[in-house]
Amino acid sequence: MASITLDTVGKIYPGGTRAVGDVSIDIADGEFIVLVGPSGCGKSTLLRMIAGLESISEGTVRIGDRVVNDVEPADRDIAMVFQNYALYPHMSVRDNLAYGLKNRRTPRAEIDRRVAEAAVILQIGPYLDRKPRALSGGQRQRVAMGRAIVREPAAFLFDEPLSNLDAKLRVTMRLEIKELQRRLRTTSIYVTHDQLEAMTLADRLVVLNAGRIEQIGTPLEVYRKPASTFVAGFIGSPAMNLISRRAVPHLPVAAQAGTIGIRPEDLSVAPDGPIEMEVLAVEELGAQRLVHGQTGGERLTVAMPSDAPLSDRLRLSYRLGSLHLFHPETGRRID
Amino acid sequence: MIENRPGLTLLAHLVLMAGVAIVALPVWVAFVASTHTATDFMSGTIPVWPGPHLVENYARMLDAGVSTSGTPPVGTMMLNSLVMALLIACGKIAISITSAFAIVYFRFPLRQLAFWCIFITLMLPVEVRIVPTFQVVADLGLLNSYAGLSIPLIASATATFLFRQVFLTIPDELTEAARIDGAGPMKFFRDILLPLSRTNIAALFVILFIYGWNQYLWPLLITTSSDYYTVVAGIKRMADAVDGLPQWHLVMATAMLAMLPPVAVVIGMQRLFVKGLVETEK
Ligand SMILES: Nc1ncnc2c1ncn2[C@@H]1O[C@H](COP(=O)(O)OP(=O)(O)O)[C@@H](O)[C@H]1O
Ligand SMILES: [Mg+2]
Repeated sequence: MASITLDTVGKIYPGGTRAVGDVSIDIADGEFIVLVGPSGCGKSTLLRMIAGLESISEGTVRIGDRVVNDVEPADRDIAMVFQNYALYPHMSVRDNLAYGLKNRRTPRAEIDRRVAEAAVILQIGPYLDRKPRALSGGQRQRVAMGRAIVREPAAFLFDEPLSNLDAKLRVTMRLEIKELQRRLRTTSIYVTHDQLEAMTLADRLVVLNAGRIEQIGTPLEVYRKPASTFVAGFIGSPAMNLISRRAVPHLPVAAQAGTIGIRPEDLSVAPDGPIEMEVLAVEELGAQRLVHGQTGGERLTVAMPSDAPLSDRLRLSYRLGSLHLFHPETGRRID
Repeated sequence: MIENRPGLTLLAHLVLMAGVAIVALPVWVAFVASTHTATDFMSGTIPVWPGPHLVENYARMLDAGVSTSGTPPVGTMMLNSLVMALLIACGKIAISITSAFAIVYFRFPLRQLAFWCIFITLMLPVEVRIVPTFQVVADLGLLNSYAGLSIPLIASATATFLFRQVFLTIPDELTEAARIDGAGPMKFFRDILLPLSRTNIAALFVILFIYGWNQYLWPLLITTSSDYYTVVAGIKRMADAVDGLPQWHLVMATAMLAMLPPVAVVIGMQRLFVKGLVETEK
């Protein structure tokens, strides 16, 4: 177990593409960090630099007290879980788990003990002698995690490990990963593009955009106080409404605000509300209903109870203190 | 494409049977010829059914051979062919799998150049470079030796390409997982690449064994001692009887015998062979 420190880390691919820039994060021992951002924002690149699979162009990566910039992946004391599992197809599950330990010349008895232990934790005991191709997606996922666990590494690195599973399994596996990490207390860095997965798993979230950090914080901090319009639009589902101040000129907000953010669930129908919306479409979700419309030429979404009255034009009010204000040019939050 | 019309099924069967007949007929004629005496075959009408001399003809060939044509017993020639075919098949596989490994997994200077050099050898089969190759082999004193029979045929661009394609289908993540698991390049090659290419190696072995076994021009050229005659080249020597008619029944018996090892290899490795050609999942 160890802390991980990134200091102004950057990556420029051969050919000149800058994938990551100026990333500094202090990850505490035992912490569960989620790197989240849209596809192509550099999450995998950052993770792979920590793993040692990608060279580090700028800055330093420290695992524990050791700068690992020039250390081979096998010697960084990390374990990685890949999106496509990357199990060795010709080896049994048992050998898949044991392979890394064998290469480190771990004694036979110790290997058997750790494999048996991981098999119990992940409930893969019955499949230990099967080949990966004879396993379902969820079982392969567990084996991939097992391969990480038996190493007893200083840190787990996950690169979108649940993306290849169906929606239902994703939810249960998500919970299992969380519980597992709670139990093992191993520092973990988890990459995903799914903001819901990020919110539920993370001790702290790192929101990335175009290779740069937009915000670091606990899920609630990020949700309640998004640092920029990008974070505001990315975290939370349905996404926060971001409307130009000009669309709602009569709202009482600070003069320097350019963009106003309101979460759909902070809006409600009120006969004397300050915002008038023309309804364009309605989505029924069962427990609630999403009403999409426009006001002053800007799109607006409202989440309301499914029994609330509907009409072509609605007057809306917002919960007090629920407005998020952003700078017109930089898009940064104004408090 | 799955069609379920009886008419088409019948047609398909007819086409297949015609194909089998075209392939099998010469083999059948050779087999029939090998079971008769020399005179039966020279009488003008070719017999259609096997005669009574099967055991006698084959025993004679295996045991003594045809002394008039200067060829050793078929057994010796088959052994020579076997050694040559195995050396060629194994040598080609060993060289091409390691060079494909180097080309795919290592970023060394002049990698592209190495790749193209291998590529260019595609245009230089033995037949094209036969005179200089003969010179080199002769200068090295390799005439009439197994090394001389096999080494000039071992370099192989096609097999290198095949393995390159196989390696390219192996996901990068697998390589990376192995790296994190502490497998160095050689360990990766032995523990991951070799087992994953098993079926391809088998398929290639079958093809290369037959290629080696069927070599004709090269062995004919560089073997002057009958100790090193191969069976395919030997058949030619037998058919060239200097004084008198070729003893076709014995030539055909040799041809039948010469067919057996490739058939055995194909049948023995059929399952792996087919898997190697069709398997895509890695
Ligand atoms: N090997 C590479 N060479 C050049 N550019 C790359 C390479 N890998 C990724 N990139 C680029 O770097 C950026 C970030 O990629 P990646 O880290 O895979 O994003 P994410 O995992 O967040 O989807 C992308 O714009 C991608 O095109
Ligand atoms: Mg990625």
